[in-house]
Amino acid sequence: MLRHAVEALVATSIVGFARLVTGVRGVWKGCAPNYQQRVYFANHASHGDFVLLWSALPPALRHSTRPVAGSDYWLKSRLRRFIIQDVFRAVLIDRDFQHSGSANPVEVMLTALEYGDSLIIFPEGTRNTTEERLLPFKGGLYKLAEARPDVELVPVWIENLNRVMPKGEAVPIPLLCTVSFGEPIRLAESENRADFLNRAREALLALAPRLT
Amino acid sequence: MSPKHETLWLFGSIGLFLVVATLIGRVLKHFFSAGKPHAVLDNLNARIDAWWYMVGAIGLAFAGGKGGVILLFAFVSFAALREFITLTHTRRGDHYALALSFFVALPAQYLLIWIDWYGMYSILIPVYAFLVLPIMAAVSGDATRFLERAAKVQWGLMVSVYCIAHVPALLTLDIPGYEDRHLLLIAFLILVVQSSDVFQYIWGKLFGKRLIAPAVSPSKTVEGFWGGIASSTLLGTALYWITPFKPWQAAIIAFSICLMGFAGGLVMSAIKRDRGVKDWGTLIEGHGGMLDRVDSVCFAAPVFFHVIRHWWTP
Repeated sequence: MLRHAVEALVATSIVGFARLVTGVRGVWKGCAPNYQQRVYFANHASHGDFVLLWSALPPALRHSTRPVAGSDYWLKSRLRRFIIQDVFRAVLIDRDFQHSGSANPVEVMLTALEYGDSLIIFPEGTRNTTEERLLPFKGGLYKLAEARPDVELVPVWIENLNRVMPKGEAVPIPLLCTVSFGEPIRLAESENRADFLNRAREALLALAPRLT
Repeated sequence: MSPKHETLWLFGSIGLFLVVATLIGRVLKHFFSAGKPHAVLDNLNARIDAWWYMVGAIGLAFAGGKGGVILLFAFVSFAALREFITLTHTRRGDHYALALSFFVALPAQYLLIWIDWYGMYSILIPVYAFLVLPIMAAVSGDATRFLERAAKVQWGLMVSVYCIAHVPALLTLDIPGYEDRHLLLIAFLILVVQSSDVFQYIWGKLFGKRLIAPAVSPSKTVEGFWGGIASSTLLGTALYWITPFKPWQAAIIAFSICLMGFAGGLVMSAIKRDRGVKDWGTLIEGHGGMLDRVDSVCFAAPVFFHVIRHWWTP
């Protein structure tokens, strides 16, 4: 009981802090914020990305939306473990599963989808610190689309968080962030892996503001 | 009347004015588009509703005295700077310069006003920030578009922090025979400049035909400009009794700050248009962002401050 209260309090504080610093605003361009099992796939530039996306969801949807995060980073300290496992109920995956022998990330995500929850994933696989707007996608998104055609795949562009908290910096700069939700995509009939991943990547890029 | 009565009288009048405006807005909406969306009227009503909040915030700040006013404008600066930097191209190498702007320059500016150190708060940003920020960026070792980046961060600080801070700085002026009434000076500045924006909007919507600067702003008209500035100069003249000015002085000062306010709106529109956006943000329903609301005050406040400092303080 007390534990749940603490978890809820920490979640509210983290969301409140993210709001205060970034004034984060969800822009629902291609779909509505309703109950619907989804995989939100977003660009990834900061450890705070999933917090921002999560904050942009209506509170009612947050409980059933779980971020997918790398266990190598998030299991390193007790605080991180508490935040990621207890507060955000993240689905932890091992990106190095081929060497470590732990479960295949796609299997782990599919199991989580079995429970009816929505997921937040970052198909670039790692934080993007390059000048490129978006790195090439890893294949997990395709496997999810193939295995669960009933789940909506929603592209989500997170704008500006890379400037708020670049990789390796400790002090966040308060800048306004927006989280844009695009139109869901589905695997088309006889669409191959490369074509699908390309189309998904383009759908995500289409949400990004123009470059100046 | 005591300063307290004058302040209450002033807020009472503004409240009455807002009640009338709210009623007019709702009646117009009822007769022209009840239940249907109407771009102009819905925006008008959103703007009027937002004014209730803004007047409420200023009223609360006034109730808090000097500390309340300083806190309110420090927040205004924070929101404005955040909007400005959000729309500005910066790079990784600017991280420390930006952190310094938000977490050192901004609080320091308002702290210096709190302790009334004029010699420092008037040069902190134009001199020290001007020198230190590009040093931080250079030390980060990124030369790409360097001058442009350094200029933009400096400009953001000048407009959002330095200029806006001149509003609470009015509280530090020692005007003989005007002790304990400084809050009314702030009320005069904000009322005249903001009402000029409102009057320009009303005159422009009713009679506006010719755009005054079509390449920069799609909404500012010649008719709105003259009607707005004339109306607010009249209002400023009528409010001479809350200031240390004679009526003719109040008229000239009101006219000058309205002109500066208009110019401020024009300059900030030019930046928005160059960046391809309509508003600076979404903080204030109907108005856009904080900078959309305070752009005129940014440009008017330093001029107002120095006119009074030059002619009304010993």
